[in-house]
Amino acid sequence: MGAGHTHPMYVHGHSPVHHLAPEVKIAASVLFTIVVVATPRELLPAFGAYALIVAGLAVLARVPAGWLARRSLIELPFVATAVLLPFFAAGPRTDVLGMSVAVEGLWAGWNILVKGTLGVLIALLMAGTTPARDVLVGLDRLRTPQAITQIALFMLRYLDVLADEARRMRIARLSRLDDPRFLWQVRGFAAGLGTLFLRAFERGERVFLAMRSRGYTGRLPAALHEGSTATARQWAVGAAVPALAVLVLLTDRFLV
Amino acid sequence: MTALLLDDVRYAYPDGHQALHGVSLHIEPGERVALLGPNGAGKTTLVLHLNGILPASGLTGSSGTVAVGDRTVDPKDRPGLAEIRRRVGLVFQDPDDQLFLPTVAEDVAFGPANLGLRGAELAARVDEALAAVGMSDVKERAPHHLSLGQRRRVAVATVLAMRPDLLVMDEPSSNLDPQARRELAEIVLGLDVTLLMVTHDLPYALQLCPRSVILDDGRIVADGPTRDLLSDADLLARHRLELPYGFAVPVP
Repeated sequence: MGAGHTHPMYVHGHSPVHHLAPEVKIAASVLFTIVVVATPRELLPAFGAYALIVAGLAVLARVPAGWLARRSLIELPFVATAVLLPFFAAGPRTDVLGMSVAVEGLWAGWNILVKGTLGVLIALLMAGTTPARDVLVGLDRLRTPQAITQIALFMLRYLDVLADEARRMRIARLSRLDDPRFLWQVRGFAAGLGTLFLRAFERGERVFLAMRSRGYTGRLPAALHEGSTATARQWAVGAAVPALAVLVLLTDRFLV
Repeated sequence: MTALLLDDVRYAYPDGHQALHGVSLHIEPGERVALLGPNGAGKTTLVLHLNGILPASGLTGSSGTVAVGDRTVDPKDRPGLAEIRRRVGLVFQDPDDQLFLPTVAEDVAFGPANLGLRGAELAARVDEALAAVGMSDVKERAPHHLSLGQRRRVAVATVLAMRPDLLVMDEPSSNLDPQARRELAEIVLGLDVTLLMVTHDLPYALQLCPRSVILDDGRIVADGPTRDLLSDADLLARHRLELPYGFAVPVP
């Protein structure tokens, strides 16, 4: 495919964050997100401190701010909800920039916006510093059910193969004078999807046969992903991120 | 000593279609044999019998014996099947079916890891297999970024890594450009294994395999030196096989 050798979610680099074992990064980012979500929305300084932690990590990982900004566009639908809430929520109202908005809605919108953004950013930092297949290795080491990691593994391998097949089918359709304007394309597209599904299904059977021929019995051998498991020191480094967040939360909650 | 022995193998698919009507075949260690036959002759069905993928255990309508070396294939004997699958290396026609892991190295390691190898021993096995097909420099690449010829060579490496006694290749030359086709032939000729090659690329059979068998309609209809079979135009025509235009079997 046109994507070539690049991995859309990975920023190549050799920073300390890149070199952490994947399971540490996954666990740390999930825990950090939990702390963020558990923070009462009124603790504004805490969110500022979280943002600083994320920014510090981004600098440490040498992930460009522009990349983070572009990738975090995925959050837009939630931002839209967050922006609309102040206008449609019930309750006491206040004036912001000359518009009358609901106080409760304003808080709710802020809540979604800040927690969503921080969550997306930390997840992006994790994905941006860990190649996709290492994320799966990490998930596997964190005892994620193999049904899930294996499905993701196959997606990683076969998404391109399937996309190629879809592209070839489309070109074959166009070559036989299929009209490529949107509405007229729908019928051919729908039929193509059915064919693509059948092909994927048949390929699945053949892949399974080939796997069994090489001794597959239902579990991927762990020896495939040996080496570079997290050391105690790596776990300690990784734990620092959520620990710092908890510290921020507690300080803000009880001291300020 | 026998590398592969088939004795009166019969097989009917669950829908009742009889694919194999009593196939008997005997291959000596070190032999290179081409299995020729038109589409739908039962070639792939036969190949899946060689490592016990077929018949599925408990299926009626199948009979006969398949033996690899000193071991008989028995669908109910799971440890036995694992050993059979180590001995018989199946290279499937579409390398995208064979290569299912995100990197070449992982995929080559998959078979030997299933055999219980790990660590340095596993890594050495991967390097050895990739070197045997001249693909050491693509170790960390994703299969999707390789050409078809490269992928097919990697697919051969994935089974060589299990150090098979019998290498079975299904249509190894299909869709390859002439150069990739020749390079694969050179690699195969350089391997020290017993080979069964399924193909209807008759010149390829002549180049790689001194002996050929023709399978048609689930039966072995001819078995002999490849040169003799390919020189018999009537025999080929009866079984929907044809030499390419302009090709004549070279005089030895």
